[in-house]
Amino acid sequence: MGWEMWIITTLSRTLAYGTPLLLGTLGEIYTERSGVLNLGVEGMMIMGAYSAFTTAYITGNPWLGILVGGVIGGIFSLIHAFASVTLKANQVVSGLSLTMLGLGLSGVLGRGWEGKPLPNPIPAITVPGLSKIPILGPILFEGQNLLVYLTILLVPLLWYILYRTRIGITIRSVGESPATADSLGINVDRVRYLCVLVGGVLAGVAGGYLSVAYRPAWTEGMTAGMGWIVIALTIFAFWNPAHGMLGAYFFGALYILSFRLQPWISPEFLKAMPYAFAILVLVVVSRGTLQKRMGAPAALSVPYTRGEE
Amino acid sequence: MKKPAWLNVERRPAASGRLVFAVSIIAILAALVVAGIFFQIYGVSPVRAYQVILKGALGSWLGLTETVRRAIPLLLIGVGLTIAFRALFWNIGAEGQLLMGAIAAAGVALFSGLPGPLLLPVMFIAGFAGGAAWGLIPAVLKVKLGINDVITTLMMNYIAIYLMEWLIHGPWKGPTARGFAYTDQFPRAAWLPTLYGTRIHWPTLVLGLLLALVMYILVTRTRSGFEIRVVGENPDAARFAGISQLKTTLLVMFIAGGFAGLAGVGEVAGIHHKLLGPLNISMGYGYTAIIVAWLARRNPLAVIITSFLFAIIISGGDVIKVSLGLPFQLINVFNGLILFFLIGSEVFIRYKASFSFRRQ
Amino acid sequence: MKRFPGVVASDGVNLGVRQGEIHCLLGENGAGKTTLMRVLYGLYQPDAGEILLNGKPIQISSPRAALTHHIGMVHQHFRLVPTLSVEENIILGLDEGTGPFLNLRKTRKKIREISEEYGLPIDPQAKVWQLTVGQQQRVEIIKALYRDASILIMDEPTSVLTLQEVDQLFATLRTLVDDGLTIIFITHKLNEVMEISDQVTVLRHGKVVATLPTSQTDKPSLAKSMVGREVVFRLEKSVVKRGERLLQVDTLHALNDRGLPAIRGVSFDLYGGEILGVAGVSGNGQAELAEVLTGLRKATSGRIFLGGKDITNRSAREITDAGVAHVPAERIRMGIVPALSIRENLILKSYRHPPFSRLCFLNRKESDAKARRAMEDYQIAAPSDETATKLLSGGNIQRVVLARELSGDPRLIIAAHPTYGLDVGATEQVRQVLLKQRERGAAVLLISEDLEEIMTISDRILVLFNGDVMGIIDADGADVEQIGLMMAGTRHEGAVGEETRVA
Repeated sequence: MGWEMWIITTLSRTLAYGTPLLLGTLGEIYTERSGVLNLGVEGMMIMGAYSAFTTAYITGNPWLGILVGGVIGGIFSLIHAFASVTLKANQVVSGLSLTMLGLGLSGVLGRGWEGKPLPNPIPAITVPGLSKIPILGPILFEGQNLLVYLTILLVPLLWYILYRTRIGITIRSVGESPATADSLGINVDRVRYLCVLVGGVLAGVAGGYLSVAYRPAWTEGMTAGMGWIVIALTIFAFWNPAHGMLGAYFFGALYILSFRLQPWISPEFLKAMPYAFAILVLVVVSRGTLQKRMGAPAALSVPYTRGEE
Repeated sequence: MKKPAWLNVERRPAASGRLVFAVSIIAILAALVVAGIFFQIYGVSPVRAYQVILKGALGSWLGLTETVRRAIPLLLIGVGLTIAFRALFWNIGAEGQLLMGAIAAAGVALFSGLPGPLLLPVMFIAGFAGGAAWGLIPAVLKVKLGINDVITTLMMNYIAIYLMEWLIHGPWKGPTARGFAYTDQFPRAAWLPTLYGTRIHWPTLVLGLLLALVMYILVTRTRSGFEIRVVGENPDAARFAGISQLKTTLLVMFIAGGFAGLAGVGEVAGIHHKLLGPLNISMGYGYTAIIVAWLARRNPLAVIITSFLFAIIISGGDVIKVSLGLPFQLINVFNGLILFFLIGSEVFIRYKASFSFRRQ
Repeated sequence: MKRFPGVVASDGVNLGVRQGEIHCLLGENGAGKTTLMRVLYGLYQPDAGEILLNGKPIQISSPRAALTHHIGMVHQHFRLVPTLSVEENIILGLDEGTGPFLNLRKTRKKIREISEEYGLPIDPQAKVWQLTVGQQQRVEIIKALYRDASILIMDEPTSVLTLQEVDQLFATLRTLVDDGLTIIFITHKLNEVMEISDQVTVLRHGKVVATLPTSQTDKPSLAKSMVGREVVFRLEKSVVKRGERLLQVDTLHALNDRGLPAIRGVSFDLYGGEILGVAGVSGNGQAELAEVLTGLRKATSGRIFLGGKDITNRSAREITDAGVAHVPAERIRMGIVPALSIRENLILKSYRHPPFSRLCFLNRKESDAKARRAMEDYQIAAPSDETATKLLSGGNIQRVVLARELSGDPRLIIAAHPTYGLDVGATEQVRQVLLKQRERGAAVLLISEDLEEIMTISDRILVLFNGDVMGIIDADGADVEQIGLMMAGTRHEGAVGEETRVA
């Protein structure tokens, strides 16, 4: 194919693949901004994928599937919230255990569902008129689906909420200095529960997208480590939804390119890049003032107890 | 969350060993019960399921030896993790360190051209070095730049996985069979001897038991062990006492990474005799070992027991697949449940609840 | 009444505050002042008794509830989120009825109004981490005023301010009171009480000892109520012949954690058999000085000589081995390892040397014996030497620290705020220990915020202001005003008995 066509299909696939990455990242950004580290994203994603697929298959309604995927992801995340916030357990281990649980559970439950094609996946849309715009048209407006667009719209919304509303300031303060927030009458636990829930729901929806829209089928372990890339992405995005969007499509591009550039560049190299980039970002941000401007929420992964300082 | 006025929750200043043990047992039992529900859903009574697991894992010669050989990497990695956790270094990267050890060992086995008798010892040294180097990188990042150890060790896992993928698909590619890639088989001299008729590569097992003992002595009786405990319990006091946090952190990750590397050597030199797809070599041992170390409450000797326990569970996974037709993945569910209940139950160790019905 | 495990913090406290007055709560550290205020602010719940506001009983169940009663608090350790801006911090937790959206312009305007009315200049859009400590305190005050606080509780507000900033603060407080606000001012500094308050309540060991108008009392009587006995402003010190020069500090410079200069060209000598008290408001470089001298912080220039040998920028370990002991200001955070036992804490610095270790192994029996001896010598009260140090009281923890630090017969002892937060008995003991070391011939550098303590047991007094030595004078015959001037930044001319070093 001509190189123009090649670029168009690559970018188009990037947009499609980057969507669940973005969804998961937006959720994890909110979770971590409130001070909770959720390593269970992978588990929540795959449970979302499984439940979305089965729901869509049984009911014939893919959107219901997405909804259920989000709900299941949310329920899972509440377990993590309970352990991390109420029981003040070690967040790293709690998240890991939920990933194990999620992977195992979906593997167990999903056994009979492999190989069944989904009769009613989320339909691909072609926007009339806009899709005729040279280059950008076919990338953005041809063959994508509603979820892709909704996700893009979610970015400015979540950015605005985080930086320009009262609830956003509250969330950020809880993640930076829960003692301060608590002394001002903010219910730290409740904020954290809420943010973990947001993360879980979005992770579930992301998983649902994979099984109901991107590649409408169910395979055991189909998230293939996307949850871990989300963790890397959250850092790469400096916990900022706007950067998260750039990062998600960038990492998505790396993934797509790993296949497309196979004759020239080893795919493993490109696939490893997101992880290396995350570490790189952490190194760069570790210098003094940069840490304050763009670094991790200070109270990340530290459980908060009132009066214990 | 508001707690009811009649419930007093206080921090418990010190927890007795017996309490910790009891709570751990209860956590495991809770996991057993919940997992039992899953068995029930599949139409198998939980009691029967556990019977089958125990019989399969322990009741026959084959089952027992398979369980033991699965315990070997868990033992090695687990011991290393107890040391790392004692210094509060959250090493989630044992999977990657294991793989790096495997890669180093494979490199020596396939390409070094060393004479036969030297191969295995050099492989072990190389494997230790590979795992240790992989673990030292996050250690340096943490001490010098204050970067979160959980994230770095986690990310390094995937870099290692892709590195191995690249090797077996690229420069080290051997004969390809049915779409799976792997390297050439190791020369016979690079095969670890196994106990007659079993797959237990006993040198690694002996090594693991020895290292468990050595680490126990290290922690309780040596200067380095003392320093590790101080750094883990109170880094500020460590600095005040002149204990170098850098040196201590490097030491624990040298050990933890190195031991995981040794486990990797054991797997490729003792079981597979070549490099396969990374997940087929690491088998999630790096993550399971976290539970092993946690349950052992950071005591290297206790890891001997907990690693064996989890080996039973993994063996059990095979058994239920074959004998009961249940999916192997139930094991992951089980592991996840145990880990979850373990950390959830810690709230009972850390806090004490008392009831008071005095009027406010 | 409020119970903590093992310690009664407030016992039958009756506190009455009149509107439009500045009421000081006076007490030593640990007397129960902060606990009482936390109850008033809703962070703790009283176990018994009640709170009346304007004659009506009220419940303060949380900080939010306190705010509805117009009670605002300015904490000693600021409750600010560093990465947020001033205005974001001020509206944090506030429900202004505009729903989820912010109207920052309105906020900014109101902040500017408050700022101008009470003389509290601040830039609403600055990020808090960029502000100085004094500015951050202003934000805290504005925060309370923004919420229409009519009662303002201030917890040791001057502990982080320069004398100039203190004056500014007091002026602000007077303006606030003129406007009808009521201020409860927590402090342990007598001169502040005398200067600013209308009424004073003295707390001791959780009980109210006295409540009276400030005009009807004076410092000695207040001090007596605070401590419970005649405060002897002069301790009986034995006459000790000054020994050799042990420590020589020459034009020392060092930076603080923020990268700003904390020590600017400090020079002084310290001799065996004497106690040099370092006076000055916290934050003028004392902490950094202690850290540089003990190897915990790098000096950017200048030299330190111990017994003639250059120890500048040596590691903490080398300096300890050279015979320097350090009793740290933060004894729980730095001085002990809470989870480890008394025995293990006692060998925290000496574990590498025989007889406590041989090759790389630790010798348990030896450290056991040492521990038992230390517990006897220093009267450490605990069930056994295997008890975890986190279970000990503050006084016992300090005893463990002293036992450890002084066990090697050190030549130089650096004691930073050694009696902070200790009860009277422990405080006495610590001071006696330091005096005994002095008799033994050791050189003692005593850093303390307690001017009384410095004047009582030091032989000479050095005053630090802004990282600079304002003067070094004999303690005998030194007068508080003189020292106060130095602490405020006036350099002392022709100090009696000791001249500052010439390069």
